[in-house]
Amino acid sequence: METEWLARLQFAFTIAFHYIYPPLSIGLGVLLVMMEGMYLRTREVRYQVMTKFWVKIFALIFGIGVATGIIMEFEFGTNWAVYSRYVGDIFGSALAAEGIFAFALESGFLGILLFGWNRVSPVVHFISTIGVALGSMFSAVWIVVANSWQQTPAGYHIVGTGMDARAEITDFWAMVFNPSSMDRLSHVLIGALLAGAFLVLSVNAWYLLHKRYEEIARPAFKLALVLATVAALLQLVTGHSSAEGVAEYQPAKLAAYEGHYDSLAVADMYILGWVDQDAEKVYGLAIPGFLSFLIHQDLTTPVPGLRAFPADERPGAVNFVFQTYHLMVAIGMALIGLTLFSVFLWWRGKLFAYPWLLRVYAIAVLLPQIANQVGWYSAEVGRQPWVVYGLLRTSDALSRTVSAEQVWFSLIMFTVVYSLLFVLFIYLLNQKIQHGPYHEDTHPQRPRQSGMFQQSA
Amino acid sequence: MDTLMGLDYATWWFLILGAVFTGYAILDGFDLGVGMIHLFLRKEESRRIALNAIGPVWDGNEVWIVIGGGALFAGFPVAYASILSAMYVPFMLFLMSLIFRAVSIEFRSKEPMAWWRRMWDIVFALSSYSIAFWLGLILGNVLQGLPLDVRHEYSGGTLPLFNPFALLTALTTIAAFAMHGSLFLIMKTENRLYARMTFLTRNMTIFFVLCFVLLTIYTLLYIPHLTARLRLYPGLFMLPVLVVISIAAITRFVARRQYRYGFVASCLTLALLLIQVATELYPHLLLSTDPAHSLTLYNAASSPRTLANLLIVAAIGVPLVGIYTTFVFVTFRGKVHLDENSY
Repeated sequence: METEWLARLQFAFTIAFHYIYPPLSIGLGVLLVMMEGMYLRTREVRYQVMTKFWVKIFALIFGIGVATGIIMEFEFGTNWAVYSRYVGDIFGSALAAEGIFAFALESGFLGILLFGWNRVSPVVHFISTIGVALGSMFSAVWIVVANSWQQTPAGYHIVGTGMDARAEITDFWAMVFNPSSMDRLSHVLIGALLAGAFLVLSVNAWYLLHKRYEEIARPAFKLALVLATVAALLQLVTGHSSAEGVAEYQPAKLAAYEGHYDSLAVADMYILGWVDQDAEKVYGLAIPGFLSFLIHQDLTTPVPGLRAFPADERPGAVNFVFQTYHLMVAIGMALIGLTLFSVFLWWRGKLFAYPWLLRVYAIAVLLPQIANQVGWYSAEVGRQPWVVYGLLRTSDALSRTVSAEQVWFSLIMFTVVYSLLFVLFIYLLNQKIQHGPYHEDTHPQRPRQSGMFQQSA
Repeated sequence: MDTLMGLDYATWWFLILGAVFTGYAILDGFDLGVGMIHLFLRKEESRRIALNAIGPVWDGNEVWIVIGGGALFAGFPVAYASILSAMYVPFMLFLMSLIFRAVSIEFRSKEPMAWWRRMWDIVFALSSYSIAFWLGLILGNVLQGLPLDVRHEYSGGTLPLFNPFALLTALTTIAAFAMHGSLFLIMKTENRLYARMTFLTRNMTIFFVLCFVLLTIYTLLYIPHLTARLRLYPGLFMLPVLVVISIAAITRFVARRQYRYGFVASCLTLALLLIQVATELYPHLLLSTDPAHSLTLYNAASSPRTLANLLIVAAIGVPLVGIYTTFVFVTFRGKVHLDENSY
């Protein structure tokens, strides 16, 4: 029991830490393509300066993303040997495809992006940027497909019994396009676009507040705002579609999202609330019948609640699932409001007129990050007690030869190293942002006058 | 059983897996080696040149271990589960070293302070040694075999993994990569750094030859099962002969300062050594002290359908990776010259 708890804690910690970075690189990758595309179109040097600056930040984020991601690939085998044997036939293919199609593309071309400015033509450099952006998206594809298969298994059959049972593919495409994979993939990718866009928005808002690099910060802010607005609106669509999928395929999880206990009753949707797990009740502010409406387009259709499921087949931490889910939804709504309001101001020609708005954007970088994190917490904790929904329990999936002491050892090591890594990351990111795209002191000329600035390495 | 050109799918995947690990040894091997000799370079400029020699490619090189891990998981999930959970502590320390190394390359150039750069220099070098050490140790234990139970699981703890054969394999791995890396770096350098590198390359080559001889003698004396197949099929004696010729070629090219050829011979040596590993293991993936519990290609493999899918994935993916890897290497060919984009 202790080993299981420790292994879960370690997996949660390492994956949550890892997940700070890939969404940023996916979102930034798309923005890099936009920035460099603008440079190729207009041939204005400020866009090249902008691209170079963000390529360096991309490299920093990508570097830590890769390093913490390799851990994940091996942690399945070290800590979850039974799980690895059980899903290897399915999960392994996805992971191998990810390595060869996505990761190699991304890492291969990143070298050109960083060091190739003087070695390849602008068009080849641009193609490399597209390669990196596509690579980072592809890597999300395979890992989310694999995870979705664990939520809604399809295209498999079970071979063997007891501890020797394992899932084998019967239909590759049914496995890839399992009922939840496309909904969840689009939801994840758009969440990543939001994370990247809001990083660019935040940094440039900060520059504009301090009247620095304004000729670069304004166009960069606008590019990112376009992406952020489109993504925020689309996220509503994918979010709704995902929730419908959960209602159909993982009803116990949906019930936990809203703390809906009654085994068959009209379900409310809470705006804010607190689940009393002992009393099996929710206190808070709710729209009566709205969950029923969202799922069945009817305010009076009953939805199965948690009590409809055996006690050992429903998530335990209902309040945790409830809170993380609601926080994600609240942030999603806030992002829609914020971006639409900003677009309205832009239309009125007053986008940069209000310092308070820039201050909001400077802090808002945290919002998509938090939403991405808590969204996954509710999705994964809501799937418990299963690691593969309905097929394999988390408690059975553990490596049985690994002792609690060994996991303690690695968990402490990860905690120390990752804390250190995070401090360094924030420090270096801050340094880069402070230094900015070029030296203001030595090159006070505006970058429209080309060739006047070069950042020393 | 389904076959392709006379070989069953599992054997094909075994060959691909071997090719991926060989690619890893050749590619990441040289940048790990550059890391190992990093502290032997004294001047800041030399260290920067060394770092920028691998700068554009090390990340792409490291991908091969990711592909390798994925390929093992996909094709032989039972072996993936058993090997990784059996050698929990070595794998964790290996992963930790990967993190430290990636971070040190990325962080070093971000600040100008001497203490900052020296700190990351040390981290970079130590993590490079450490990665090679753990990989070698794991390889040694896989070759020697572990006491597995009926479910192919090992619960003997961490300490027995540090046995003489595994330690010697680890040392030889370090030596091989150090030699390989210095041969790569010397092609990328000129003038005084080149002169320094000729000295280092020669010593690293001598060090590798010593380790290799030691490991060979130990294997012949104490690990009979690794040479059993040679005794069974005398034709396979070609392999060790080729290995010896190839190592002799390295020493000769190094002595004549034909480093480009030396590097090619070193790539060839690494490939031949891993081919030898594969012939010694086949059809096993992890040997057990009780042969009945060994993991083989067949009791560890995925379903034939998944293996077929994987072969398709590899048939599309490997040429693609080959094309853009070549493109990157061609783009950054020649001696290193520092510019404003460098580390």
